[in-house]
Amino acid sequence: MAVRQQKEKVGHVLSKYKKDKSALIDVLHDTQSEIGYLPREALDQVSDGLGVPLSRVYSVATFFKAFSLEPRGRHLINVCMGTACHVRGADRVLEKMEKVLKIKKGQNTPDLKFTLETVNCVGACALGPMVIIGEDYHGEMTPEKVSEVLKNYK
Amino acid sequence: MAKIKSPGDLEALRKSIMAKRDPAKPCITICNGTGCQAYGSKGVVAAFQDEVKKRKLGVKVDVKAIGCPGFCERGTLVVIKPEDIFYQRVLPRDVPEILSETIGKGNVINRLLFTDRATNQKVTKENDVPFYKKQMRLIIGNNGLIDPTSIDDYLAIGGYTALAKALKMTPEKIIAEVKKSGLRGRGGAGYPTGSKWESTRRAKGKVKYVICNADEGDPGAFMDRSLVEGNPHSVLEGMIIGAYAIGSHEGYIYIRNEYPLAVRNMGIAIAQAQAAGLLGRNIMGAGFSFKITMKRGGGAFVCGESTALMASLEGRVGEPRAKYIHTSEQGLWGKPSNLNNVETWANVPLIINKGADWYSKIGTKNSKGTKIFALVGNIINTGLVEVPMGTTLREIVFDIGGGIPKGRKFKAVQTGGPSGGMIPEKLLDLPVDFDELTKAGSMMGSGGMIVMDDKTCMVDMARYYTTFLEGESCGKCLPCREGLRQMRYILDGITGGRGKKGDIKLLEELSATLVDASLCQLGSTASNPVMSSIRHFRDEYETHIKDKKCPAGVCKL
Repeated sequence: MAVRQQKEKVGHVLSKYKKDKSALIDVLHDTQSEIGYLPREALDQVSDGLGVPLSRVYSVATFFKAFSLEPRGRHLINVCMGTACHVRGADRVLEKMEKVLKIKKGQNTPDLKFTLETVNCVGACALGPMVIIGEDYHGEMTPEKVSEVLKNYK
Repeated sequence: MAKIKSPGDLEALRKSIMAKRDPAKPCITICNGTGCQAYGSKGVVAAFQDEVKKRKLGVKVDVKAIGCPGFCERGTLVVIKPEDIFYQRVLPRDVPEILSETIGKGNVINRLLFTDRATNQKVTKENDVPFYKKQMRLIIGNNGLIDPTSIDDYLAIGGYTALAKALKMTPEKIIAEVKKSGLRGRGGAGYPTGSKWESTRRAKGKVKYVICNADEGDPGAFMDRSLVEGNPHSVLEGMIIGAYAIGSHEGYIYIRNEYPLAVRNMGIAIAQAQAAGLLGRNIMGAGFSFKITMKRGGGAFVCGESTALMASLEGRVGEPRAKYIHTSEQGLWGKPSNLNNVETWANVPLIINKGADWYSKIGTKNSKGTKIFALVGNIINTGLVEVPMGTTLREIVFDIGGGIPKGRKFKAVQTGGPSGGMIPEKLLDLPVDFDELTKAGSMMGSGGMIVMDDKTCMVDMARYYTTFLEGESCGKCLPCREGLRQMRYILDGITGGRGKKGDIKLLEELSATLVDASLCQLGSTASNPVMSSIRHFRDEYETHIKDKKCPAGVCKL
């Protein structure tokens, strides 16, 4: 994304929240959904825009699980590790994902096609183990189904 | 929408909504909660809408996408009113047949009915399904009646009448009523709600806040999400009543960002309530003003701790502080604040409408009303279950939940999530209430109930929860930050075949330190899964350590 374009997007997000310092988390959420992650320049701009020290912006951006300071792949894979999924074998699904994609959780594939993450619960426990790719829910996952499901993403 | 300026306006509006509706007109309700969306319910809703349009059936039948009624196991759920014909596992391809057969000719489609496992009989009506039959769905039952994005639907079922009633009462009278009802906080700790309101009302200061915790962080629990998604106005109504009683003019809803549908539906509800004059200045002409702001969380379990949640609302990292000063005196921005969980707020309109005497007849001596549980894990009927306090675990797991799938045996049930404990088979007849669960070494928690079969390793579960909590510890106090890490090392060792004599003792010592010295409840309850599993399944630990074997075959030793 061009630097100017990125700046405009963050500017637009900031204008929605005026100078409300307490809106920092909401601003970071919106910024991330616009850009895909939180680049250093965006954090600087948020810090200036809200009048919050960069140290605080950085601490919030790294404390909460929702935020990423690194670029993400085109498809975000979230393997649910909630308790209901755990007792139904989510660990084995994650292991298989890591093996097939040749990355560890929290990493991107080198071609930036996939990012592999885990999530603590999405509340679709009836269908566990659950894997969410982008906005698609893949329920009742097994290690055997992993390669098949991933093939659908270009 | 015209503003509702008095209780009379509200009643007139309700009547005009009802007058436009024909109770005999068939209405197809489709669950479109997050659980059913994972089954593809959006496609079912679209198929009904398209097909009804194509066949020009709009005058004959209504189509309504509703929130989660609870029976997630059999989604996508479709109920046809007024007969309450219950169809399950419905797919878009079933839609034309439902319209021609059931709506057109009044025939029931056998294939889509639920089969009762016990009798092998087909069940036609929703309320006859065994999963629902033994429940008391005072709170979540309304999810099945309304489109959560329609304030008219909420008004039609008597929505905001409790608010109209409350605004005619004095704040003291409301607090007395809530105290008398025996309502205790549904977030987990079970603090009496009325007393909390009273402390905040009495606290010094002009500016006071009411807060709704909708940041359901317990993995495997989704009661609050379903209420916010399926009936957001009931939560708002409870908050407005609470704010009036406490003397607050500003409220916040701290909502979990991982719940996009809940965020969306609550946003719509707040805008509707503002437009209707149910939020804002001079609500229903009673001279009381109140506004609500929704803020998204960042995905931190520790924000279930009230002081951490408030720090996050202020735009800071979610670190708790010691609570020698109560949040009812100094909470958000140092002002008196009252925080309750989603389900607690949703109980308030019911108490005001039906009265404390009626409400306090439900439940046990010290735990009143109903509680919603997310029944998940190795269970036949996964879903949300609302039962009166005092119902036994056995009734929940076997009568409502249908027992354990694949012919396996029940081993344990975990209540209270990562802060709770594992309850073995011998305690299955325990009545579920705040005090009984605490006595058994677990806790009520917010309502997660994870059932485990005999293929589950209890040491692995203890390791799972400890790993989770280690990751979610905010790191502010040492006992929690380092204690959990050390406990996890030991559990990794035991489950990895490196267990040593003395490990159990060491876990017990670390646990005692966590309980005594942690800054907040995350730390002081964090060892519950480990301690309860040692208490009830000590032999499994010993087999791992001495024989280097995992009896359940889960751990790779």
